[in-house]
Amino acid sequence: MLWAGILTASAACYMLKLAGVSLPERWLRDARIQRTIPLLPVALLAALIATLTFSTGHRLVLDVRAAALAVAALAVLLRAPFLVVVSAAAATAALLRLL
Amino acid sequence: MSPAHRGIVRDALGIGIASGAYALSFGAISTTAGLTLLQTVALSLLMFTGASQFAMVGVIGAGGSVWAGAATAALLGTRNALYGMRLSSLLGNRGLKRALAADFVLDETTAMAIARDSAPESRFAFWATGISVFTLWNLGTLIGALATHALPDPKVLGFDAAPPAAFLALLAPRLRAREPIAIALGAGLIALVCLPFVPAGIPLLIVAALVVLLGFRSLPAPRGGRPAREAGPPGGESH
Repeated sequence: MLWAGILTASAACYMLKLAGVSLPERWLRDARIQRTIPLLPVALLAALIATLTFSTGHRLVLDVRAAALAVAALAVLLRAPFLVVVSAAAATAALLRLL
Repeated sequence: MSPAHRGIVRDALGIGIASGAYALSFGAISTTAGLTLLQTVALSLLMFTGASQFAMVGVIGAGGSVWAGAATAALLGTRNALYGMRLSSLLGNRGLKRALAADFVLDETTAMAIARDSAPESRFAFWATGISVFTLWNLGTLIGALATHALPDPKVLGFDAAPPAAFLALLAPRLRAREPIAIALGAGLIALVCLPFVPAGIPLLIVAALVVLLGFRSLPAPRGGRPAREAGPPGGESH
C-alpha cells in the first residue's frame, strides 16, 4: 500500500514536470492557471503546518509541537538555514519531552 | 571553462550542498515517520521534489492515509509544471533529453536558469544545478535515513515533530505580500476547523479545492494588456 502510494505520487510529480516542458505554452499561459498554481503551495503548506502541529488523529491538541513550531518561526525570522530551522524544532520537542 | 561557467558551477555546487543538508532532514523525518530505508531513498530518487516528499511523509507520519499524502504531494508538484513552461523554450530539447530535463525542473534549477543573460549560459546553469542538486539530494537522504535507522528509537531526536518546521521554512519566502499571508492564515484555520469531521488528510484537499475556486473566480478583469503574473520560484532555494 505504501509502495503503491509512493510510486503513484512519484509518477504524478514527474508527469507534472514533463507536462510543463511539453504542453503547448498557451495552455499554461491561461491567466487563471497562472494565478491559481502559485497559491496552491501557500495554502497547502499552511494547512500542513496547522494540522500536523495542532492535531492528533481527529482531535485538536496543544502540545510540544506548538513550541517546536514557535522555535522554527523564530529561526526562520532570523534567516537561519533550512537544516538549522528543522533541527531546532526537533531539538525543542525532544528536550520538552524529557522534562 | 570560461569564467562565467566557473561561476555557475560554483553556485550550482553551493545550491547542491544546501539541498543536501535539507535532504539530511528529509531522511531523518521520513525514517521517523516509519518509512523503510528503501522507501525513503526511493522517494528522493523517483519523486525528486522536496516539498512534495515532505508532505507525503508528513501526512503518513501523522497517521493519515497514504493516498491523502500522495494527493497532497501531487498538488504541491503542480508548480513544477509552471517552471517547466518557463524553461521549455529555453531548453528546447527533444525526445529523451527532454524527458531527462523534465526530472530536473525544480525551484532551484529554474531560479538558476532564468537568472542568466544568454540562452547557452541558462542551459548550462540548468544542467549544472540539476546534476548537483540530484546528486547531493539523494546522498543527503541516504545519510539522513541511515543515521536515523541506527538509533534504537528515532523519536528521541524529535524529528517526528519537525515536519511543520520544514513546511514553515518552505512557506516563508512565499509570504511577501498581503494576499498570500491572508491565504495561508485562512488555509490553516479552515484545515483545523474541518479536521474533527472528515477523514485524515481530507482537510488538505478541501483547502486545495477552495484555492482553485478562489483562483478561478476572483480574477480581476484584465486591464490594458497587463500580462499574467509570471510564476517564478520564490527565493530560489526552496527545493
